[in-house]
Amino acid sequence: MDQLPVIIPISLLLFAFFTFLLGTVRRSLAYPLTLVGVATSLIASCLGLFRVLQYGAQHYYLGGWTPPLGIEYVLDHLSAFMAVIVTFIAFISIIYSRRSFLQEVPGKIVPLYSLMLLLLAGLTGIIVTGDLFNLYVFLEISSLAAYAVMAIGDDKAPIAVFRYVIIGTIGACFYLLGVGFIYFATGSLNMADVAQILPSLYGSRLIVVAAVFIVIGMALKMALFPLHMWLPDVYTYSPSAVIALIAPIMTKVGAYVLIRMLISVFLPNYLSNVLPVTLIIGWLAAIGIIVTSIMAISQTDFRRMLAYSSLAQISYVALGIGLANPMGLIGAMLHILNHAFMKGCLFEVSGAIRYRTGLWQIPQFAGLGRKMRWTMGAFTVAALSMVGIPPACGFFSKWYLVLGCVDASNWVFAAVVVASSLLNAVYFFRVLEKVYMTPPDTDTAVVEASDPPVGMLIPILILAGGIIILGIVNAVIVTQILEPVASTL
Amino acid sequence: MLQTILEHYPYYLSTALIAIGIWGMLAKHNLMKKLIGMNIFQTAIILLFIASSVKFGATIPTYEPALGVDNPALYANPLPHVLMLTAIVVMVATSGVALAILLLIYRRYHTLDEEEIMKRMRE
Amino acid sequence: METYFSLKPLIAVLVSLLSALAIMLSGRRPNIRELWTILGSITMFGVVFSMLPDVLSGKYPEIILFNVSPGIPLSLRVDAAGIIFGLSASLLWIITSIYSIGYMRGLCEKKQTSYYTCFALCLSATMGIAFAANLLTFVIFYEILTVATYPLVIHKETPEAIQAGRKYLAYLLTGEVALIVAIALTYQLTGTMDFIPGGFLGDIAGQYHLLGLFALFLIGFGMKSAVIPLHSWLPTAMIAPTPVSALLHAVAVVKAGVFGFVRVIGFVFGPTLFHDIGAGNLLAIMASITILVSSVLAMCQDNLKRRLAYSTVGHLSYILLGIALLSPAAWLGGLLHIVNHAAMKITLFFCAGAIYAKTHCEKVSELGGIGKQMPITMGAFALASIGLVGMPPINGFISKWFLGQGTLEAEQGVYLIILLLSSLLNAGYLFPIVRRAFFVQSNNRTKYAEASAFLLVPLVFTALLSLFLGLVPDGIFHFYHLAGDVARGVLSGGGR
Repeated sequence: MDQLPVIIPISLLLFAFFTFLLGTVRRSLAYPLTLVGVATSLIASCLGLFRVLQYGAQHYYLGGWTPPLGIEYVLDHLSAFMAVIVTFIAFISIIYSRRSFLQEVPGKIVPLYSLMLLLLAGLTGIIVTGDLFNLYVFLEISSLAAYAVMAIGDDKAPIAVFRYVIIGTIGACFYLLGVGFIYFATGSLNMADVAQILPSLYGSRLIVVAAVFIVIGMALKMALFPLHMWLPDVYTYSPSAVIALIAPIMTKVGAYVLIRMLISVFLPNYLSNVLPVTLIIGWLAAIGIIVTSIMAISQTDFRRMLAYSSLAQISYVALGIGLANPMGLIGAMLHILNHAFMKGCLFEVSGAIRYRTGLWQIPQFAGLGRKMRWTMGAFTVAALSMVGIPPACGFFSKWYLVLGCVDASNWVFAAVVVASSLLNAVYFFRVLEKVYMTPPDTDTAVVEASDPPVGMLIPILILAGGIIILGIVNAVIVTQILEPVASTL
Repeated sequence: MLQTILEHYPYYLSTALIAIGIWGMLAKHNLMKKLIGMNIFQTAIILLFIASSVKFGATIPTYEPALGVDNPALYANPLPHVLMLTAIVVMVATSGVALAILLLIYRRYHTLDEEEIMKRMRE
Repeated sequence: METYFSLKPLIAVLVSLLSALAIMLSGRRPNIRELWTILGSITMFGVVFSMLPDVLSGKYPEIILFNVSPGIPLSLRVDAAGIIFGLSASLLWIITSIYSIGYMRGLCEKKQTSYYTCFALCLSATMGIAFAANLLTFVIFYEILTVATYPLVIHKETPEAIQAGRKYLAYLLTGEVALIVAIALTYQLTGTMDFIPGGFLGDIAGQYHLLGLFALFLIGFGMKSAVIPLHSWLPTAMIAPTPVSALLHAVAVVKAGVFGFVRVIGFVFGPTLFHDIGAGNLLAIMASITILVSSVLAMCQDNLKRRLAYSTVGHLSYILLGIALLSPAAWLGGLLHIVNHAAMKITLFFCAGAIYAKTHCEKVSELGGIGKQMPITMGAFALASIGLVGMPPINGFISKWFLGQGTLEAEQGVYLIILLLSSLLNAGYLFPIVRRAFFVQSNNRTKYAEASAFLLVPLVFTALLSLFLGLVPDGIFHFYHLAGDVARGVLSGGGR
């Protein structure tokens, strides 16, 4: 029970190796092993969340070495929250991926599954670790696994991923530089320890540079405007199930690191009052929301449209962080959860359409509403949530963000948040019109389409149902889990 | 001015290398040169760290009976070196993955020039 | 205000949700599906009507559900204002359901299951709006209403209908996003969202700050209330099937907007504050402009439903004018007009639909001589027209009388002139239709009979209802008494 913080990433790491070893012997073992690995991590995360809610933060010292000398893994409200989100979406995506992989990338199942487990190990490691350099290590683990997994795709995937490799490495290395400077100035790598030492060093230029490098590094990883150019290509050309796993969670873990830096390392006082970092993040996010939403409107490729939409959503989270007040942070964190479900559902729908019809251009989707009823029903729920219609969860994260903007008396940000709902409505309703109201052309693959097999349909429906349930119970999540985090502001 | 540079030359060197690395990654068209730029960038960062952890008059961090354990200034700090070992491993792994991807690109497009590839992608 | 716990408000909202589900599942058997609609509407009306005695005696049923935001619960409370809206909407749903059955079957429309399902969902949302006890609950149901009515507007699925749907959503969603900022600001200023008669906002911010807040509410609710210049979605939405235009765009959706103003002015801002910041004059001027301009525009329309749409725009602003004047008689008139206009306008729309079902003509110019062939239909039309103009004995006279009295009470006689002028304009666009129907020779040979009983009985019923409410304003439903209660509660003894 005390080992929960470490079980979450390590189980995934172990299963990554097992899956690869046993998978090369027997191919059919890869999928069940992956499922068991992710299930273990999911159960550990849920148990961890319950323990945190009951007893407060859980600490685990790697090798028994106490901090600040040793590496510490911490499960507090924020990390337990993120861990549950990441492992749950992973679990759903793995179930979904079976049929999809068999159709899109047969013959590479074993490396794919083991790399996905490695990716998840990296992501969960970032979430639970309490040590700055350990975070860099897990960051690179997850990034490398992501590069590899995304490159197994279309023809155009490798070149898109290569650009991601270059930019992602710059981001991670900037983070490393920042951590190095913090180490030179404070002599410690443990997050809590650094937080204690830093206030006495506020005047130091070294810390300013460190903060700037870390923020830019994570902004690159998070695809914050204007450092977002790598994302649309990568999201468009990856295999469907891969992107259904990565899109909901990977950039969010970048946002998590930023939040962690804000509240646990550089205390909020530093990043909002001493340096105008949160202000700049907020403004970049606001511009990013508008620009990326407008770009999403002009796309004809469904996956590309969803990619630009993801950029807009991560900018919401960044806007919440940039507001640097409790309501804004709650809105940002709730949006991490909501967006994971919404984008997961949307990308899985995209994969299901591709599975059944092989299409991804929106004009060719005409008439799908009648043929793929359940899938399109789930898509409607997710689309309405993205636009912000209650009782779906998207309304509530926007509500908290608007409350945060009003609290900060920042009317421009409030206008941006609500105006983007209208922009979202434009591109989602365009797809809905195409799907439901246009009769299909007789010679396309749409005519023979039907709902995807149960293995792919159940995850889609679980996520769509989750969108509505999360909307209804959002107050419980906010009061129990998110308010303790925001109160540190 | 010259005095400052001579005193802190490792830092200036690292900064210059970082700049060269980033320039290579962003400005060069050949994908292999971008990869090399990435390597230079990462190596420069490692150099920066190592240079910062130099301690004059210290010995390797294993117990030396003649020196005893009272004065930590006599032993070099192993932590930055260990961190950089990890970073080197990461650098190698990244290069490996990037080279594998370059191989895929080359097999598909038979060129490693970015603009050529863009042109061939559109066809 | 005395409240007690009761499940009935929740049941009223859930009844049509459940019937929507049942309708969706029984799509294959049309008779059973129609049965669910009728059963659902009768049950809903029954539940709402059963709460009437308690509300009349000042005891309000209330149910507070779970929190949807820390500190803000989803809660429903049935007070006098809410039950006026709720009763009229649920009663007219029963009538419209019967009419829908005749209309949809008569025209052999497709996608009837989704039509009835969405209709039931809309009524659920309307009940939620009527009984919402705080701003957040109100806005949640308000947004659900917009989305639920969208499939009904684009029902025909022609390119024209899809364009109309886009315009509909563009206008209404823009209003709703302004609303979200408005309620967030209210929550930040006061820390509460509960409706309290007489308002809870108090003098906590500067005049321009509060005016800005009201401007946001104005955009939000003004969209659905079709205040000029935010009105043009309403004539465009007439492309929906007539029962949709009748119930939703004369009774449910547009009255939800007006009801929003009632709540904001009476239960959030409060009459004194509202007057002090100058918003009362602002709203009254905008309402007057809307009344006059829409009536003139109505006269220029040849399409019958579009003419009725512009007429609705004008009459909604009557209600807004009454609310803005902040005097007891004006509030009485305005609230009564919510019900009266609903009954009269729905009659007119039913007649328009019956004419379309039988003759397929949509234009006023083609209606020559139809009065002789469909006397009952046009008779009901004439009755309702008389009421809209404001002549006794139809109920329109009652609300106009009180509105006029209210302008004098508020010492703003100029609005009385506007009211009288608009009555003339109303006559100008309604009476020619009646004249043409009865006294002009028809120019086509076909002999039409009256529409089917399903279409005829509802429109006769609503016409007679208008007559009944005109003769006995406090009959059965005690609307007069309820409206008086609201006016008294809000204006707490004499207005400003």
